Amino acid sequence: MRLTRELVDHIAHLARLGLSEEERERYREQLSAILDHFQRLQELDTEAVPPTFRAVEARRPLRQDEVQPSLSISELLANAPDVEQDQFRVPPILDT
Amino acid sequence: MSELTKLNLQGVIQGLRRGEFSCRELIQAYFERIQSLDFTINAYLYTDEEGALRKAEMVDRTLAEWRRSPQGELPPLLGVPLAVKDVLCVKGMPCTCGSKILEGFVPPYNATSVQKLLEAGAIVLGKTNTDEFAMGSSTENSAYGVTRNPWNLNRVPGGSSGGSAAAVAARLAPVALGTDTGGSVRQPASFCGVSGIKPTYGRVSRYGLVAYGSSLDVVGVLGRNMEDLALVFELMAGVDPRDATTVDLPVPHIHLDRSTDLSAIRVGVPKEYFIPGMQPQVEAAIRQAILHLQELGATVLEVSLPHTEYALPVYYLIAPAEASANLARYDGIRYGPRLGGEAMWEIFFRTRGEKFGPEVKRRIMLGTYALSAGYYDAYYGKAQKVRTLIKQDFERAFQIVDVIAAPIAPTTAFAIGEHTDDPLAMYLEDVFTLPANLAGVPGVAFPVGFDQQGLPIGMQLMGNYFQEELLFRIAHAYQLTTDWHLRTPQ
Repeated sequence: MRLTRELVDHIAHLARLGLSEEERERYREQLSAILDHFQRLQELDTEAVPPTFRAVEARRPLRQDEVQPSLSISELLANAPDVEQDQFRVPPILDT
Repeated sequence: MSELTKLNLQGVIQGLRRGEFSCRELIQAYFERIQSLDFTINAYLYTDEEGALRKAEMVDRTLAEWRRSPQGELPPLLGVPLAVKDVLCVKGMPCTCGSKILEGFVPPYNATSVQKLLEAGAIVLGKTNTDEFAMGSSTENSAYGVTRNPWNLNRVPGGSSGGSAAAVAARLAPVALGTDTGGSVRQPASFCGVSGIKPTYGRVSRYGLVAYGSSLDVVGVLGRNMEDLALVFELMAGVDPRDATTVDLPVPHIHLDRSTDLSAIRVGVPKEYFIPGMQPQVEAAIRQAILHLQELGATVLEVSLPHTEYALPVYYLIAPAEASANLARYDGIRYGPRLGGEAMWEIFFRTRGEKFGPEVKRRIMLGTYALSAGYYDAYYGKAQKVRTLIKQDFERAFQIVDVIAAPIAPTTAFAIGEHTDDPLAMYLEDVFTLPANLAGVPGVAFPVGFDQQGLPIGMQLMGNYFQEELLFRIAHAYQLTTDWHLRTPQ
């Protein structure tokens, strides 16, 4: 199976990855080869098999939703690349 | 080598309490060794000598007081140096995950596993190298350079906890934390000739562990022997209100005695783990180690884990799918560098495109594809069903045997650069470690020999859910009667 270039572009867009021309071609080749190898899963009849999302289920009761001390705003913002008035600063996301 | 860096944890703890050396001397000995060797090995991405020495002086004062009037219990790991894989948050120390996208990020809190060990008295020496976001089997995917195998500097240390394994092997730390999503504790332990534990999924909190594959990730330990691993494991295991996947079961106090009688133990050997193309010396060493367990009294039985060959495609669909969701948070907005852009979307595409490395982008692409409309059932959905079959293989085997003994990797440490152009060949390195993660069962790794080039060979014992103690006991009996784990690289 060979992935089309359109599909690679679509996946990169969904993943919000800015990829160069060269990267797109390389991933097209590599993902095609990897997915070919994975075709063997189709050999198995799994019609009656339930999925496993977690191998060990913790089955823990939900805790009470109580207010607890948390990290301070300044600690939480200390790693942000751009901050203004205790908030993350970003470019406008809506057209005005 | 300073005598102090040769000590195992028992030696460190006893020596400190008896006043044979100070904690300051111990920490200094480690940093002297790091300074002289780590330029070559590159096990650490960050070290904190000043902070560690400050804590050592506090430990020395506590110990002096305790020796004057020994009252009460000292914290169990008081003064024990610890290395931490750079995917676990240590408050105030940079956490990069081996990635440029987290360059400069300093977590404002400790991972629960780290926090518990700090409360037990451990001193963090620094953060160890890893494949970017723990995605890799060689540490070559780190954005900060490969770690070199202390047994042969042209070989990889394995991965993704390669920095932790190399640090323990080269005596740059007595014990180190790692993480195991698809073999990332066991395989580097094998390649570097050290011991490792991958606990049952849900046994150790993942809070403060930077998520890769959330249904697979588990925090583990690398060290010199089973006693050291057991001590650290029991202190960091247990339920955590901050991680809803931790299981509320008591953690046993593990006491490993001098007994080497394994006559009550049934060891299963899965025929699917001995494949054509395996390095003959690896197979010979594993067979020999199994024979040794038999000589200690164990009953050895052949078992079958018939879906083993499907573990690789199942893992490399599920883990990238989970990763593609987990890594969506790296967008240049809340932490890490921001590239861009007049427009918001430009920041996302540029920051992620330029700051993630090639393997991480490959897995995000693969996972996004497996989850995308039209392909979900054929890939992700199918993989989750086959995962059930792999889990059932283990459940059936553990009705017949207590533990399963198997190789960790088909070869010893490969050369740096050997697989970097072929991602599928690199993935194939993980065939023997992936099933335990998919099933969630625990495993220990320990050295059982060397190949003709002097490279270590490790074996794994996989156990039933929450049976870590049994794994420690059996591997401890092996280590009491062999000396592979005592060998050190030149």
